Amino acid sequence: MNIQNMILTLQKHWSEQGCILMQAYDVEKGAGTMSPYTFLRAIGPEPWNVAYVEPSRRPADGRYGENPNRLYQHHQFQVIMKPSPDNIQELYLDSLRALGINPLEHDIRFVEDNWENPSLGCAGLGWEVWLDGMEITQFTYFQQVGGLECKPVSVEITYGIERLASYIQDKENVFDLEWTEGFTVRDIFMQPEYEHSKYTFETSDTEMLFNLFNTYEKEAHRQMDEGLVHPAYDYVLKCSHTFNLLDAKGAISVTERTGYIGRCRNLARKIAKTFYEEREKLGFPILKAKEENRHE
Amino acid sequence: MSRDLLIEIGLEEMPARFVTNSIEQLTDKLKNWFAEKQIEIGDVKSYSTPRRLAVLINDVSEAQEDIQEEAKGPAKKIALDESGNWSKAAIGFTRGQGMSVDDIYFKEINGVEYAHVEKFTKGQETKSLLPELKQIITGLTFPKNMRWANEEIKYIRPIKWLVAMFGTEAIPFEITDVATATWTRGHRFLGDKVVISSPEEYVVTLLGQYVIANSQERKDAIVSQLKKIEEENGWIIPIDEELLEEVNNLVEYPTALFGRFEEEFLELPEEVLITSMKEHQRYFPVKSKDGKLLPFFVTVRNGDHQHLDTVARGNEKVLRARLADAAFFYKEDQKMEIAKALEKFKTIVFHEEIGTLAEKVERVKALTNKLTAELNFTDADKKVAARAAEISKFDLVTNMVYEFPELQGFMGEKYAIQKGEDALVAKAINEHYMPRNAEDSPAETNAGAALAIVEKLDTIASTIAIGVIPSGSQDPYALRRQATGIVQTLIHKNWDIELEQLISLSIEMIESANFAKLSREELEKELLSFFKLRIKHLLQERGVRYDLIDALLAGQIGVIASLVRKAEILNVKKDEEGFKESMEALSRVINISSKADAPGEIETTLFENEYERNLYNQLVEVEKTLESNVSEQETYELLVSLKDRINDYFDHTMVMVDDEKLKANRLNLMVKLANRIKDFANVTEIIVK
Repeated sequence: MNIQNMILTLQKHWSEQGCILMQAYDVEKGAGTMSPYTFLRAIGPEPWNVAYVEPSRRPADGRYGENPNRLYQHHQFQVIMKPSPDNIQELYLDSLRALGINPLEHDIRFVEDNWENPSLGCAGLGWEVWLDGMEITQFTYFQQVGGLECKPVSVEITYGIERLASYIQDKENVFDLEWTEGFTVRDIFMQPEYEHSKYTFETSDTEMLFNLFNTYEKEAHRQMDEGLVHPAYDYVLKCSHTFNLLDAKGAISVTERTGYIGRCRNLARKIAKTFYEEREKLGFPILKAKEENRHE
Repeated sequence: MSRDLLIEIGLEEMPARFVTNSIEQLTDKLKNWFAEKQIEIGDVKSYSTPRRLAVLINDVSEAQEDIQEEAKGPAKKIALDESGNWSKAAIGFTRGQGMSVDDIYFKEINGVEYAHVEKFTKGQETKSLLPELKQIITGLTFPKNMRWANEEIKYIRPIKWLVAMFGTEAIPFEITDVATATWTRGHRFLGDKVVISSPEEYVVTLLGQYVIANSQERKDAIVSQLKKIEEENGWIIPIDEELLEEVNNLVEYPTALFGRFEEEFLELPEEVLITSMKEHQRYFPVKSKDGKLLPFFVTVRNGDHQHLDTVARGNEKVLRARLADAAFFYKEDQKMEIAKALEKFKTIVFHEEIGTLAEKVERVKALTNKLTAELNFTDADKKVAARAAEISKFDLVTNMVYEFPELQGFMGEKYAIQKGEDALVAKAINEHYMPRNAEDSPAETNAGAALAIVEKLDTIASTIAIGVIPSGSQDPYALRRQATGIVQTLIHKNWDIELEQLISLSIEMIESANFAKLSREELEKELLSFFKLRIKHLLQERGVRYDLIDALLAGQIGVIASLVRKAEILNVKKDEEGFKESMEALSRVINISSKADAPGEIETTLFENEYERNLYNQLVEVEKTLESNVSEQETYELLVSLKDRINDYFDHTMVMVDDEKLKANRLNLMVKLANRIKDFANVTEIIVK
């Protein structure tokens, strides 16, 4: 099964479970969790079921397209369900079956893995799912987001698309994966992989990046003061990506690192709190709509 | 009349590391509950898998035991008023017992008559009490808890089903939305939902659904499968108990299988291969009969024998990718220079309040030089230790240690040799982390052992200096393990340095660094009591009786190796004939010596009898012998040899006489002798019966 069909299959599967199919969010980010469709929507009492593909940038993992397993940018298929359904593990296993993975022919295990994202003030408990020893999915019950206790708890399922594909297509090199008939990952992503690696490690303007970080941070605070959560959050994402670029280049000493992460976290916490308050002011509309539906 | 009882908590996969403790906890809490409720029970069996915690209790009595007890009330003269009527006190007493005054009878206790009643409590039916078991299940505690969906409860993982059976009957209760039932679930893929006809059928029923519920049986099955693979291939598969325990708690129905990897990866250091297999993939590495690592691995699948080839191929692919990564890092690290690596230390924080890694290394270097001088190392050893101290941490900035932090030290040794460092320096780099855990042995070489002590001592002293003192379960930097490591290394090397001196050397280093929150005196006190506790713990583990430990730790600690030898001597001697008498004689000296105000010189001209003179003369002899560096064993014998002289002395000499001059002189002799005894141990702490 090629990647395009995998994505279509997963979309169909989760759409049938009542998930809204969203598109990737258009600001650079390191993981699907950082999309506002996850980070913000996991906050507060409103139900939220969503699935989307998220291109995830990890500057430090850039390898000029030379490493068969590491990418500057890979893809995650992200599912969020709030509150976490009782049969979520079964729903997940059904998605594997839909992808042609019959559990009886493999060794599938749920191995403890607790997840933390200190720069967003997030923590969760769950597993990494192993398929014949390969970690193909992160399965997390969010306990805290942006420093706020999750009530109800969302479950997050993150499939590593390339990982899973390399298993399904039995390929040793990520660039050999078929995206769709006639197109491989190499065809589509080799040039950007090389260029982004070169940019990250060699040609990026460090001073400019430091300035950008400060500018983005200031703008995020300014928009927060206006009570504009979404614009502010976009700038937090930009801060985070800028930090990752600087970090990958070795421009941030270990001493300073904690400080930068702390600055991102403070912003994220503030935004989480404001988002909650803004939704509360609106009367948690999605929750209200659901309840009215039930009464009809 | 009795029935069997079964409790099973069905969960989403628990973390493997918590399964064993959790089932022990459930078992204990259930047993305690039945004991508390006075309900008789028979055998108790525990079962656990990643998805279930279960306890089967045989022969649970149908009812609580009836209780017949006598309650004592007021004395007769209070129970009855002057006219012989029951007093308010008596009425109150019987009411409190749920009885009436008609039930009162009198019984004499120590010559006084008291009102009594014979109270009978009928045992309740067990069945009516069993719903309380819900609180036992919700009352389990776990190291890490989570919430899920809309539930308020915090638990190890979401609860999926509950079995609670008294005989064939379900015990009704609900936790979250899950109601108890008499059905369970089998293996996630091979099994199904299945009804348990009676508690005794639990294990068999689950086995039919591809679940080996008995954790030990499952472990035995894994071991025998490993043995079979070993035999069929002529291999050795070393069994790491910790790994086996973890793997066992990752599967409900184990099937071991093996895979292979490319031989070229064998060029990687063995530790890298083993870490990739064990830590990251939970594989068992495979060795040849002559102990060489082979390009194979064994994994334990949660399932049956179907499609093992697919599973093996998948696992091979994963390992190949991991090893290819490791090979890449290994190659990259070859380009690195030690001097360049050391430069990076200035930007690496060891601890926010303590400072950078560069600063720590400076302290370690200085302290190492002091220690090796104190220990009279040869010039060659001093040089090795100094160089090792300087570069011992360089591997922290390599790719390999960044990816595999547990390989710190191992990689340092490998790389140091490749970079042309002296073999002993390289070895010391590896050894300075030793002992790495409770099973590991202490460092062997002089330089390695010295560095191991210094590095740990600096961490302990600087962490305690900023006020982080381990207490209870709080020991975030594993300072206890490190202190134990120092003690073990000192014992192993039999080094002649006093703990007090080591501590004061380390404090000097800290003082010049200027981050301490504790004063010198506070720090010294904290460090000493911290180490004393570790030594106490170590001696307890070696089976030394607690009062002997107290005797040894009452004064100065001195040379730890010597202290341990003394402990071992006392622990043997305590069971020998005459020990009691000897210790009593020596204790008598110490006890009376404490009455001295200001000890001074002994005037032999003031001796009044031969017993004084004899004791004095023998003490002089003993002291002369002690000066010639005798063993702890000989010291003990010498001290004990004074027993008769001491007893004779006390039989014929009054120490606390009225004549002040005479008294002072006698006390002076006692103090001199007491000091010699206390140098060995404060024997007054020893309990003799």
